[in-house]
Amino acid sequence: MKFTVLVNEGPYTHQASDTAFHFTKAALEKGHHVLRVFFYHDGVLNATALSVPPRDDRDVVKRWSTLAQQYQLDLVACIAAAERRGILDSEDAKRHGLEMDNLAPRFRISGLGQLVEAAIQADRVVVFGD
Amino acid sequence: MAMLYTVNKSPLERNALESCLRHATVGTAILLIEDGVYGAMAQTAFTPALEQALQKLHIYALKPDIEARGIQDKILPGIALVDYGGFVDLVAQHSPVMAWL
Repeated sequence: MKFTVLVNEGPYTHQASDTAFHFTKAALEKGHHVLRVFFYHDGVLNATALSVPPRDDRDVVKRWSTLAQQYQLDLVACIAAAERRGILDSEDAKRHGLEMDNLAPRFRISGLGQLVEAAIQADRVVVFGD
Repeated sequence: MAMLYTVNKSPLERNALESCLRHATVGTAILLIEDGVYGAMAQTAFTPALEQALQKLHIYALKPDIEARGIQDKILPGIALVDYGGFVDLVAQHSPVMAWL
């Protein structure tokens, strides 16, 4: 079955992104197809490469990147939400005249159309938020 | 196909579960996750409402979230516990799936 996952909350302040991760992982392990994980609102904070959690805590950002690599998972952060919160890929940074970018590996930044498209193509859309 | 609602707030903190139960039609499935699992506890102020709801709805709760909160010995009979794989199965078996945020 084809799933689309929507994550509306950032890591560490709320459990939503943890639940979204464990759900997505379980779905992939069961052989389902996760078309896309879309990060919206504070959810884009899951995509910062500059997150450095203490060693005895889970690394939420890295965990998404690793899962994406393992399953060729499409992780997309909403561009408007990401730019507001200081999450930029190299192209975005260049366009805004900034010297650095910080999008975590295996994530990409795109528009809300990617959520609409994934919602239309999926059999189920599962939303995680506060 | 029956609907699935997910509820992630304690009924003792917000009214999400209460309004979800009020809107759910017979046969609907409700999955309690995160702080929503407090709604699955016996002997709370919310227990009578849940006992009544169990007569017409299928109510599930996410086991890892119950165990994280240490309330595994206080769950109301009639509530089915699922792990993340079970969560995935519930999503596959129901449509649409709505998060009661």
